[in-house]
Amino acid sequence: MNFAFLQTPRGKLITYAILGIVLAVLPWVLTGGFENGKAWVRAVDFALLYIMLALGLNIVVGYAGLLDLGYIAFYAVGAYCYALLNSPHLQAMLPYWAHNPPFLLMLLVAAFTAGVFGLLLGTPVLKLRGDYLAIVTLGFGEIIRIFMNNLDRPINITNGPQGINNIERVHFLGIDFGRPVQWLGLTFDMVHLYYYLILAFCVLIIFVTLRLQHSRIGRAWVALREDEIAANAMGINIRNVKLLAFAMGASFGGVSGALFASFQGFVSPESFVLMESIMVLCMVVLGGMGHIPGVILGAIIVSITPEILRDVINPMQEAAFGKRVLDPENLRMLIFGLAMIAIMLVRPEGLWPSKRRAREFHEHDEEARA
Amino acid sequence: MSEALLQVKDLKVAYGGIHAVKGIDLEIGHGELVALIGANGAGKTTTLKTLVGMIKPAGGEILFDGQPTARLASYQYVGRGLVLVPEGRGVFPRLTVAENLLMGAHVRNDKPGIAHDIERVYHLFPRLKERQAQLAGTLSGGEQQMLAIGRAIMSRPKLLLLDEPSMGLAPIIVQKIFEIIRMIAAEGVTMLLVEQNAKLALETANRGYVMESGRITLADSAANLLANEAIQKAYLGE
Repeated sequence: MNFAFLQTPRGKLITYAILGIVLAVLPWVLTGGFENGKAWVRAVDFALLYIMLALGLNIVVGYAGLLDLGYIAFYAVGAYCYALLNSPHLQAMLPYWAHNPPFLLMLLVAAFTAGVFGLLLGTPVLKLRGDYLAIVTLGFGEIIRIFMNNLDRPINITNGPQGINNIERVHFLGIDFGRPVQWLGLTFDMVHLYYYLILAFCVLIIFVTLRLQHSRIGRAWVALREDEIAANAMGINIRNVKLLAFAMGASFGGVSGALFASFQGFVSPESFVLMESIMVLCMVVLGGMGHIPGVILGAIIVSITPEILRDVINPMQEAAFGKRVLDPENLRMLIFGLAMIAIMLVRPEGLWPSKRRAREFHEHDEEARA
Repeated sequence: MSEALLQVKDLKVAYGGIHAVKGIDLEIGHGELVALIGANGAGKTTTLKTLVGMIKPAGGEILFDGQPTARLASYQYVGRGLVLVPEGRGVFPRLTVAENLLMGAHVRNDKPGIAHDIERVYHLFPRLKERQAQLAGTLSGGEQQMLAIGRAIMSRPKLLLLDEPSMGLAPIIVQKIFEIIRMIAAEGVTMLLVEQNAKLALETANRGYVMESGRITLADSAANLLANEAIQKAYLGE
């Protein structure tokens, strides 16, 4: 296939225009075309949140080469940040000015707090690599979740396993994202409104990651991933660059978490279990570590597949056998696991890898040719 | 002579209880090419690693450009202009030649200057230009050495430290590398060259130091060292 046309400025413009239109009408196609269209839009909203998470983790794992198995903790920090300041649960104890802060400020607070937690994780693991790093980050993720589970005593901060309820929706640009809005003869339901909101932040995060990738910092991360000693000899401050990767990745997770809390209206520690960390890592690895389009693809596949299984396999079974023989929900992890194994065997560089990574995996072919 | 670029006074380095460098004095003037020769285990590489902060000295003082270096963190040396091309080269094997060169310029922030210097490196090493899109790990040993030197030049060093640039290379490649070392020296880059190939090193350098089990035993002009009978016996195999 020839994609050369896509590289020209005109081609790029047309591609982006088409992509923009598709993304703009997507929720309406879904609500118009499917019986349970709203559930689909909701699934897409979650996919977008996962894209943000995967891009954040991609900074830590893909760029800087630091394996993080507790990434969901930052999502949790962002979510609880939003929940605590925007629900009646804690507001009685908070000063009045801290109630329902303006939306953008709220996101900054969530990003900053998550970033601080990123530093908190990063500082003790500066000297660790590989397996050891993975174990410590895994522990960190669990610690955050267990804290949230137990911080209902002696002072009730997180409301423990019951979680926090009645979280205010986003109020932004004069719109209450919790109520339907009439515009241009269309009814924008909550799922639609949130779709556009999350999409906007998703695009912003994609833009930031793209800029980072080709910056001096991005190259320093690559050097760090390849060889710490040589990177140090290039004049790169290993400590700061590592901490920056942790903090930056964490703050993306924080923003995503805050959006999640406001969208869901409810948070509890159950949403932030180890399995979620592993899922996000799978998205990054499956799609193609360090490659933005790949990571986005991975996030979409991993988060949408269960919905497809539920909505497509079940009706198919009912049509074929007259009843549900197998519940795909129970088989989800099995199918997923098999798919991961297959991909790691056949295409270890991921579905849509960067040129660099594809080359690393085929280095020997290249050596043979040279 | 104006103030030396590098002054080392009574430098001592120890690994645990073992003293690898037992109090040496070195001086390198601006624009000089100085060779440091000696047998295996004499402490040459240790000395270089200490000069760039990879090892902390046990005693003594290092002045670079008139400033003591003792309080610098190891990554700050490059910014000051003190750069080591390590033994075994230390290129990034999974990055391309061009990316490796860019890494060398990490401490700089002037885009046009960096682009200009990349051309300069390609001019010195036409081989690297041919292979700029190739992964550094797929280069031959000689090419990797060229890349390591080129990458070091990219940081615009005031003092370039070369550790065994001839190691493991075919004689014809070694000749080529030394030709380039002379060219770089001719451009005014100050260099300290550590070599086992004493003859070649002394033929290239202005001055030389001879190191034996952690001490400097001789310091003289390169020509005098080449003519010295004891040196000829011990290192030049004549």
